[in-house]
Amino acid sequence: MSAVTTIWGDGRLRGALRVLESEWTGYRRTWRGSVVSTFLTPILYLSAMGLGLGTLVDRGAGTAHLEVGYLAFLAPGLLAASAMQTGAGDAAWPVMAGIKWRGTFNAVLATPITVRDLVLGHLGWVTFRLALMGTWYAVVIHLFGVAPIGRTLLAVLPAILVGLAFSGPILAYTATVEDAQGLTNLFRFGLVPLFLFSGTFFPIEQLPDAVQPLAVITPLWHGAELVRSTVLGWSPAWPWWAHVAVLLGFLVVGTTLAIRQLQRRLKP
Amino acid sequence: MNAPLVEARGLTKRFGDFVAVDDLDVTVQPGEAFGFLGPNGAGKSSTMRMIAAVSPPTSGHLRVLGLDPMRDGPAIRARLGVVPQEDNLDLELTVRENLVIYGRYFDLPRDRARARAEELLEFVQLADRADSQVEPLSGGMKRRLTIARGLVNEPDLLLLDEPTTGLDPQARHALWDRLYRLKQRGTSLIITTHYMDEAEQLCDRLVIMDRGRIVAEGAPTALIAENVPREVLELRFAVDGQQGAVERLDGVARRIEVLADRMLLYTDDADATADEVHERGVVPEAVVRRRATLEDVFLRLTGRTLVD
Repeated sequence: MSAVTTIWGDGRLRGALRVLESEWTGYRRTWRGSVVSTFLTPILYLSAMGLGLGTLVDRGAGTAHLEVGYLAFLAPGLLAASAMQTGAGDAAWPVMAGIKWRGTFNAVLATPITVRDLVLGHLGWVTFRLALMGTWYAVVIHLFGVAPIGRTLLAVLPAILVGLAFSGPILAYTATVEDAQGLTNLFRFGLVPLFLFSGTFFPIEQLPDAVQPLAVITPLWHGAELVRSTVLGWSPAWPWWAHVAVLLGFLVVGTTLAIRQLQRRLKP
Repeated sequence: MNAPLVEARGLTKRFGDFVAVDDLDVTVQPGEAFGFLGPNGAGKSSTMRMIAAVSPPTSGHLRVLGLDPMRDGPAIRARLGVVPQEDNLDLELTVRENLVIYGRYFDLPRDRARARAEELLEFVQLADRADSQVEPLSGGMKRRLTIARGLVNEPDLLLLDEPTTGLDPQARHALWDRLYRLKQRGTSLIITTHYMDEAEQLCDRLVIMDRGRIVAEGAPTALIAENVPREVLELRFAVDGQQGAVERLDGVARRIEVLADRMLLYTDDADATADEVHERGVVPEAVVRRRATLEDVFLRLTGRTLVD
């Protein structure tokens, strides 16, 4: 218990807010670089897969099985999966740059800012990025006629939680790997399979029985369930609070590990 | 304030089996410019990181500004300025923003941080580049900006780790000039370096480190006076010419160091020794007379040169 108290510090957030402020200052200079892809991604995915592929699915056995059109099934799954990608990506590349490529974390930690402040501030920043990305996604999903705007916007909340549930543990992982290869491997062998098989594109009941439990232990499946049920007004597979608890568990354990690993890496 | 800025007793840092800092005793007083001189791997940077409260000591006693780095890290860091060996400026920010944001980490109010940034840009002669990106700055400019960043909180003690490594001579002198001004204003400095000229220029007092231990301590001039004769005659020979000369020059100076590429003759009178060398019929390709430096002290004490 005392070790946990030490990791989480005195509970003040002033230092984390300073880190957030620094990220924001940088973002005001660099946002143009990412705005086009953020803007286009949901439109491209929903057009190609929702409308294009969806038309074929709906003509087959899809609709009977899914209870809604493929576009409506897919769109919330994509929102959850995009939150995963944003949350994971922001805990990987910029963190590696801070640790190693640019060394900026060392500069920050030479001030009164602690590793805890740094991690919480960074996660605060990821939250902001997820909210921005998720809100735009929600608007696009609404414009594609999937659900009323109120429902799609409400679904941004579980989407943010999905992103953070990935951000915490991946931040901890990034703190332990030497270089970009470690990160590339994580995305190639970890996140891409999750993206494909965790209920984004089809219900996990389509997976072989032996593999289904694997999908259930991944945060993305819980996230997809929550986001989809919010958008479509369904009941999720588990009680909603159970899905939330799993995602919060990933976030809290991941963040605790991240603080500990970064402490080891940056303050040896 | 009479309490020492840094007080270390038996300070030790191990990484696994490797002993980076071995039983170090050091006291730094307010107003001093103190140096850690030694070759790469001597334990200077590890010592600095412990003083900067970003690396816990393995054992021993350490107080910085009268506080315990293990317990009061943030309070110590609030009063330190740190200039790391590698420039780690934020490349996404402008020159000015780098200073303002850094000031915010020290909890300066926004307008105070901005005012401080203007002052410091003036001091490090970067005012005309305030709105420039960091990337296109020269190495010397980046280093000056890093120094300005380390001063943003008006620190009681400025830590500089290898401040001029990698800079060209002109940039080095410009930087020394700024550090000298800081010293005159009463800012306490701790500097690590493997350049003996840097240590001689900037440090009131220094320790020479080798393999994690202190091998000598004192003011630069006193260290030289205590350890080596005043003057040095350097002889360079044509390929294979050095071998025979060594025997013929036996006893010509108070001490002779034979290095791979030259011989160093330590003497109180380099001119007289040069005449003696000539009389013994030894004809080097080049002869240089110079004053003894900390480099010679290091060579004397460790048998090795500072910079390979």
